[in-house]
Amino acid sequence: MTLPNVRYLTAFLIIIALVITSLNLDGQHSRTKDLESATKHELNHDHDGHDHSHDGHDHSGHHHGDSHKGHGNQHDAHAGHNHGHNVADQHGLCAHHDTEYDPTGTAIHHISDGNIYSILEAIRIPLPTFLYAPDSGWEFFMSSKFKAGHHEDGHMSHNGYVMHHGSAYRVVDPGFPMEGNHLHACFTHKTSLDEKGKEKVTNYVVYKGKEYQLDARSTFDGGLLGGGITSFYDFSISKNVLSMILVALLLFFLFRKAAKAYQRNPNAAPSGIQNLLETVFMFIRDEVAIPFIGEKKYMKFLPFLMSLFFFILGLNLWGQVPFLGSTNVTGNLTFTMILAVIVFIVVNINGNKDYWKHIFWMPGVPVFVKPVLAAVEGLGLLIKPLTLMLRLAGNISAGHIAILSFIGLIFIFGDIFGGLSGNIAGTAMSIPLTMFMMALEIIVAFVQAFVFTILTASYIGAATEEHHH
Amino acid sequence: MAFLISFTPFQPTFGLAFWSLLIFLLFWGLMAKYAFRPIAEALKKREHDIQSSMDEAKLARQEMSNLKAENDKLAAVAREERTALLNEAKQQRDKMIADAKDQAKAEASKIMQTAQTEIEAQKIAAKQSLKAEVGTMALDIAEQVIRKDLKNDSAQVDLVNSLVSNIKLN
Repeated sequence: MTLPNVRYLTAFLIIIALVITSLNLDGQHSRTKDLESATKHELNHDHDGHDHSHDGHDHSGHHHGDSHKGHGNQHDAHAGHNHGHNVADQHGLCAHHDTEYDPTGTAIHHISDGNIYSILEAIRIPLPTFLYAPDSGWEFFMSSKFKAGHHEDGHMSHNGYVMHHGSAYRVVDPGFPMEGNHLHACFTHKTSLDEKGKEKVTNYVVYKGKEYQLDARSTFDGGLLGGGITSFYDFSISKNVLSMILVALLLFFLFRKAAKAYQRNPNAAPSGIQNLLETVFMFIRDEVAIPFIGEKKYMKFLPFLMSLFFFILGLNLWGQVPFLGSTNVTGNLTFTMILAVIVFIVVNINGNKDYWKHIFWMPGVPVFVKPVLAAVEGLGLLIKPLTLMLRLAGNISAGHIAILSFIGLIFIFGDIFGGLSGNIAGTAMSIPLTMFMMALEIIVAFVQAFVFTILTASYIGAATEEHHH
Repeated sequence: MAFLISFTPFQPTFGLAFWSLLIFLLFWGLMAKYAFRPIAEALKKREHDIQSSMDEAKLARQEMSNLKAENDKLAAVAREERTALLNEAKQQRDKMIADAKDQAKAEASKIMQTAQTEIEAQKIAAKQSLKAEVGTMALDIAEQVIRKDLKNDSAQVDLVNSLVSNIKLN
């Protein structure tokens, strides 16, 4: 990069940092502003909400037999519509909010999936939200219904769901109106110890001066990572899902263009995007597929390896584009787990006799060693995809957190030294560190995609290798 | 620190799992069919084509050099042949000239000989005809002498003298 470019880039980054700073300063007051605007909205939609609430109760609300809760809801709904707008926080539950910058919370919030695609604090793109609760069925709506504001916290409930930190939560405490849209106040959380002595965070939504417990969406970690089966499932086109779709479409478009160029003129020298893709394509083919799988069989697995590599790389890079939402798909364990499961299946259904023999009855070792090796190899079967899953998610999440932490310096300095001067000092420190980290993350994006692919290729190679004893 | 306990990016959720699986499988299937396989095959074909054209070029070069060597050989043979032909021609020419000279000489000498013989024959013939002439003249003279009856001696002597002076050889 030439010197003038560096200067322009630095100037650009300073401007951006100042914009972030000003947004953050705004943010400290925006909670009340958001609430006010949401209140106005509620007034405008008063009739809709009211009607909907009635319909819901009359036709579908009681099918699941929780009639006590239902009745309570109805009364509350009426009360809310008649005089609830400005009394959402009657008891001052939201008053204790500290305005201090929370780096951990911010980082986790930014790398989490969500039901809203936010670009800075400015643009909030609503996403299709598909929620399923066994006791009330499916809900299909756009997440704009939540009227999300600062920190992607919603101000409106929709059929018993609320948005907190960009994610849909379901209100489980009885008494909350489960039908229609209702204005609510802030969110609170309480930390408690569960029966196993683990810390557990419970979120609450404040509605008409009372706290109502929220259920996070169901996760299948069995409580291992703080989740578990709850009262609802979220099948939304989330921020991560949207990013996947966009990256998949982008890659498909680019590769289609290249493929057409090959079809049009097969023996022409490649140019433009075709040349770029071909370089990477041939690198994966010649350095990954052929050496590990062999000249004879590589063509069968090449599309799989290419799909893995380019999809991971595309998503890694997509997440690195500043101000494009910093989506963290490849840093999300669910996504990498799915990839790992697919790799596990592809490797093992292609395993030949030799492969299984080497796992369960290793040739060439004494018989008493064979069971030990079988146990080790058997575990290895599972550990291989497990490491794939953890490595990719860990690396990419770590990169995102590092960048967010360096950007967070702006606000930390602002908090320590107070106001704009602190922000500017933080910006001065933040920019070189962030630039360095972003450069590093671009390398990491390639390296992790490459590592995932090369390890997959080596597992496939081991599974399909012909042994000659 | 509350967030670390519920580290949401690492919580496996059904929705994201479902969509990830669906999108990746679709991506894999479509990319394999419409992009990766065609591209891989096109690359393979192109590499094969490049290799075969290189091989062909090598072969052509080999053939060319073979051809050239053959040409050189042919040229050398032709040159040799030409030299030989020239030499032969020269020899023939020399021989022809020599032969012609010899023949000419022989012819010339033959002609000379013939001419000599002719001359000799002519000479003999001339001598004979001269002898005959002289005889006739002598007889004439003798006749005339006899006819004058020898009237005086002196007159006769004169006559004989004049007659003799008339006899001129050639």
